[in-house]
Amino acid sequence: MSGQTLYDKLWRAHVVHEEPDGTTLLYIDRHLVHEVTSPQAFEGLRLAGRKPWRGDSVLAVPDHNVPTDHRERGIADPVSRIQVETLEHNVSEYGLRFFPMRDLRQGIVHVIGPEQGATLPGMTVVCGDSHTSTHGALGALAFGIGTSEVEHVLATQCLWQSRSKSMLVRIEGELRPGVTAKDVVLATIGAIGTAGGNGYAIEFGGSAIRSLSIEGRMTVCNMAIEAGARAGMVAVDEKTIEYVRGRPQAPTGALFEQAAAAWRELVSDPDARFDRVVELDAAVIEPQVSWGTSPEMVVPVSGQVPDPDREQDPVRAEGMRRALSYMGLEAGTPIVAIRPDKVFIGSCTNSRIEDLREAAAVVRGRRKAENIKLAMVVPGSGLVKQQAEAEGLDRIFLDAGFEWRDPGCSMCLAMNADRLEPGERCASTSNRNFEGRQGQGGRTHLVSPALAAAAAVAGHFVEPAQLEG
Amino acid sequence: MQAFTVHRGIAAPLDRANVDTDAIIPKQYLKSIKRTGFGVNAFDDWRYLDPGQPDADNAGRRPNPEFVLNKPPFDRASILLARENFGCGSSREHAVWALDDFGFRAVIAPSFADIFFSNSFKNGLLPVVLGEKEVDELFRRVQADPGLEIEVDLQAQAVRVPGGPAFRFEIDADRRRRLLEGLDDIALTLQHADQIRAYEERRRQEAPWLIVA
Repeated sequence: MSGQTLYDKLWRAHVVHEEPDGTTLLYIDRHLVHEVTSPQAFEGLRLAGRKPWRGDSVLAVPDHNVPTDHRERGIADPVSRIQVETLEHNVSEYGLRFFPMRDLRQGIVHVIGPEQGATLPGMTVVCGDSHTSTHGALGALAFGIGTSEVEHVLATQCLWQSRSKSMLVRIEGELRPGVTAKDVVLATIGAIGTAGGNGYAIEFGGSAIRSLSIEGRMTVCNMAIEAGARAGMVAVDEKTIEYVRGRPQAPTGALFEQAAAAWRELVSDPDARFDRVVELDAAVIEPQVSWGTSPEMVVPVSGQVPDPDREQDPVRAEGMRRALSYMGLEAGTPIVAIRPDKVFIGSCTNSRIEDLREAAAVVRGRRKAENIKLAMVVPGSGLVKQQAEAEGLDRIFLDAGFEWRDPGCSMCLAMNADRLEPGERCASTSNRNFEGRQGQGGRTHLVSPALAAAAAVAGHFVEPAQLEG
Repeated sequence: MQAFTVHRGIAAPLDRANVDTDAIIPKQYLKSIKRTGFGVNAFDDWRYLDPGQPDADNAGRRPNPEFVLNKPPFDRASILLARENFGCGSSREHAVWALDDFGFRAVIAPSFADIFFSNSFKNGLLPVVLGEKEVDELFRRVQADPGLEIEVDLQAQAVRVPGGPAFRFEIDADRRRRLLEGLDDIALTLQHADQIRAYEERRRQEAPWLIVA
């Protein structure tokens, strides 16, 4: 018998019951909750007269609807306000752990989970949000669920799951200077496609992944769902253990050492077999920019908008034409000739302290270009914001003409007031460039924080190393 | 949950790949705290020429005459014919609620995104996976004869075109049973409550740091 993958180990440790056809009742250790996908779940629970099975497994926070400025005025949009108030009411009724909008610890649910030590290696982590895959960076099995499943986890602490197939994305070699975790994952999605991971749990490995910080690994795992995989994960190493040590909800003392010893086992065995292995060479990955309306539509910043006439598959070619029309782009246009109207630095993909440092290093001593109507930085949590301000990053952004906001999902999906107007083009560090994602008619180009910052100061896409002055 | 056995109805051809859940139900409608009422805003950006808002009256809006669900008889469709990777992106179950509320009972496509697929079963919306050639064949027939009614039979695991071909589809035995009987997932799970407690007891011994709270 061959060895076990990391996914095998995480799965087996959480099996409560298995049906003859393999459908498994899987135990859930951590349940993250936000205001958008939970109200109907709590309502269902209440109507059935049920209570949360293990309330201490829940961490709840409002993030999608919250304003990123003038919080003292509350939420202006009455529909958004009711949704946030509904969450407040539900957590209070059931006595669940909750960080309200004005709490320093509030932030994007996928930023605060690891930050608080609420998500730990070896855990199963779920949330009614597809980007839950982020937490897999800690060597956890983390995946997004729908609202019916949110209710199911609240009521039973378990989920019925079928085992996924396993994929290893192995990226060996050294990344070029200026190439970030975001570029690694965008290049991966470009290589395997947005449906390439359907039915799989992806483990990211290889020397390029091991060289990334834990925050960089979170960026990579965050976008596993953009390749169609519900879960992305990275094996535990000493970086993982040092990241977790000392976090507010992490174990302490002897219990921590006991946990760390168990966490060190959370790696795929050398002889583990994967259903699919994809290999990428780190050295050839360049900074990426998406040109279309699907995250697989990416090219290097040095490249051009591709030509649908050269695509063999007619369904794909038609999709490319539709994307070019929506994006207002012509085939053959150099990426560096594309001029955004707005720049958004934030989201569960890229709003942690290292992301803000990366952007600030590009912006330092420079000014936002004239054609950029708005450049906004939205930290992932109140604690990230506080840390950035302690390092003076806020001054760098403000001096350059950027806006410095309060934490939340913001213009990644534009449920609050932060959004694109029809036809506006945005350099965005978020995760989805779907039609209308950042506002109806808005045009999204997905990039790393460094490239977003460079676009803001140059007024067009450009590799940061090529900026003048 | 509503059970699904056999359904016969008009099939609307939505001829694009990678239809994401942002397209099925745009973000502004996710602010609702209800499960119902999303149907009028299904595919909102494609379906209407002017922007919409939650809780606003849709009666005065301008429908996009080019969009398939605005073209009779597809405005009465109860089966959606789609291309690969249908339902990708966000985990929002509102996408399934919107399709259900519009009147869809089944979606037929060569492949589905995982979370959407799973959400569908929780709401009695049957996602049917057929081969690409079979889906092509259905597109051709429906486009040639827009009033054509297709039959989806979960019991027999078959999609039938009257006077035409029948295609068998595969489905997880457990999911099929739950859908045929319209079973309440949570009630079923709670029959395993003792096993869940036993698991927790074992984990408290093996991994005491997991339940520190």
